[in-house]
Amino acid sequence: MASKVIHALYTDDDVLMHAVKKVRAEHHHIEEVYTPFPVHGLDKALGLEDTRIAITSFMYGCLGLTVAIVMMNYIMIDDWPQDIGGKPSFSYMENMPAFVPIMFELTVFFAAHLMVITFYLRSKMWPFKKAENPDVRTTDDHFLMEIGVHNNEKELTALLWDTGAVEINVTEKES
Amino acid sequence: MYTFSNRLKIGSFIAMAVGLICLATGFLSAPSTVEEAKAMVASAHDDGHGGGHGEEASHEATADSHAEKDGHGAQASHDEGHDASHDEHLLHQLQNRPWSALYVAAFFFFMISLGVLAFYAIQRAAQAGWSPLLFRVMEGITAYLVPGGIIVFVILLLSVLHMNHMFVWMDADVVAHDKLLQGKAGYLNPTFFLIRAAIFLGGWIFYREYSRKLSLAQDESDDNSNFKLNFRISAAFLVFYLITESMMSWDWIMSVDPHWFSTLFGWYVFASMFVSGITVIAMVAIYLKSKGHLEDVNDSHIHDLAKFMFGISIFWTYLWFSQFMLIWYANIPEEVTYFITRIEDYQLPFFGMLAMNFIFPLLVLMNSDYKRVNWFVIMAGIVVLFGHYMDVFNMIMPATVGDQWYIGVPEIGGILFFGGLFVYWVFNTLTKQPLQPKRNPFIEESRQFHY
Repeated sequence: MASKVIHALYTDDDVLMHAVKKVRAEHHHIEEVYTPFPVHGLDKALGLEDTRIAITSFMYGCLGLTVAIVMMNYIMIDDWPQDIGGKPSFSYMENMPAFVPIMFELTVFFAAHLMVITFYLRSKMWPFKKAENPDVRTTDDHFLMEIGVHNNEKELTALLWDTGAVEINVTEKES
Repeated sequence: MYTFSNRLKIGSFIAMAVGLICLATGFLSAPSTVEEAKAMVASAHDDGHGGGHGEEASHEATADSHAEKDGHGAQASHDEGHDASHDEHLLHQLQNRPWSALYVAAFFFFMISLGVLAFYAIQRAAQAGWSPLLFRVMEGITAYLVPGGIIVFVILLLSVLHMNHMFVWMDADVVAHDKLLQGKAGYLNPTFFLIRAAIFLGGWIFYREYSRKLSLAQDESDDNSNFKLNFRISAAFLVFYLITESMMSWDWIMSVDPHWFSTLFGWYVFASMFVSGITVIAMVAIYLKSKGHLEDVNDSHIHDLAKFMFGISIFWTYLWFSQFMLIWYANIPEEVTYFITRIEDYQLPFFGMLAMNFIFPLLVLMNSDYKRVNWFVIMAGIVVLFGHYMDVFNMIMPATVGDQWYIGVPEIGGILFFGGLFVYWVFNTLTKQPLQPKRNPFIEESRQFHY
């Protein structure tokens, strides 16, 4: 299905921020904003929901901690009891302090890597994915605001010129 | 301008008065003879005292030195000498208890203001943009360095004058029979000890007063010269501070166990004072905000302080564990006694402290939203502060009172007295100047701070 969208380009992040606030104040729905770098406060201006990635990170951390505990118990205690430095070899608890660095590392490892992978998947970024950005200049020095058009092209264009856009295109969007 | 509310003032006076009575009770009820000490212990434990006590590794260092001293002085047979020395050691432990309670509390509140001083100097040296709104609060807390430092110094002076037995290496008789202490005597002798303490305290108090003066002068000036000078002296102070703080921790804390040493002890004590200090900054700022002051301090400032509380709690644990694991793993007798004492005789405070200083802040302060909830930060702060009091307790008590510890009248009295004095001194200083700096070049950035 093809829908008609309007692309407004800006050359300054402050102008863009003001434009976003103004467009939202006029009750138009901004579909997406493409920027060459993260713009501080843009998510709040767009009214995006808070990210829940921290919760996944916590769960991955717990998973990593569990893996470390079980793994060290299997390797060092169950499968082949190891006597290192004269510590009793059949007791997990009495060897536990030696495993703490491993628990820490695996917690961090799981939390960090799985969180990044989750972030990529949630953002629909996977290998060989075709780039979604409608204008390559958004990877250089332009900011692009995408708004859906619902028989209000004229009004919207006037509003966007007013907010300091340097270029406005109306295109069909495949999706 | 902030005015000291009457309720808080009266509260701090009552705390000081009650604390003083408790401390006096502690001193008066300490035994003065070996017989009294034995009677006290016998009535405290149904099964009596002794048994395997002498064999405990924890007491080897001090008990041995006492044994040698006593055996020599009394010219008794070896066995009798050892028994008598054991009793005398017990007497010293019980006599040490009120002194240790006093010292732990005095040092704890002193270290809060010293931690704040380090935090303040870092903010100055980093030219941080978010924190200038909190500078007056930090300066108020560091004002306690003067009375707190003098009290700690007086306690150390009284120890040198043999009013107590907290620092066994100060006893010339003990050193005469202890080869290790003789080897350390070049550094660890009473005169040099007091000179060092005077230099540390003098340097810290000088920086605090000078930086405060420049900070106030900046408000009235029409250029940024005071600010720049403050930046330079803060950077220089941090160098001085990191060296002296480390040496202070060896002198004032580690030397109560004169045979034992740990190379990261300075950092470990630093982490403890840093997190306690930041916690108190957050608590005082939230209190002042709740009274309608510090209007421009917003949730983001509190959030940042809570992030520091969280982060430094983890840092503290990292150092605590680094110290513990190496000693536990190597299991070298002269090192491991330190932890054996604590695990055998101090199980609850030792592991309780870990829960309060690590697991608790880890779980409750992890969520970003909770760090913006002011009452939540206060509640977490109370637990963290109590945890770090226990940390100091665990650093001093095992060496000075051994297994005769108890959180009772003198300990609570110490906390009440120094807590009251701390609150009185800090809030009294806060009334002296406007709570918001006027002409700090970063004040606008700090006002606009949000995340």
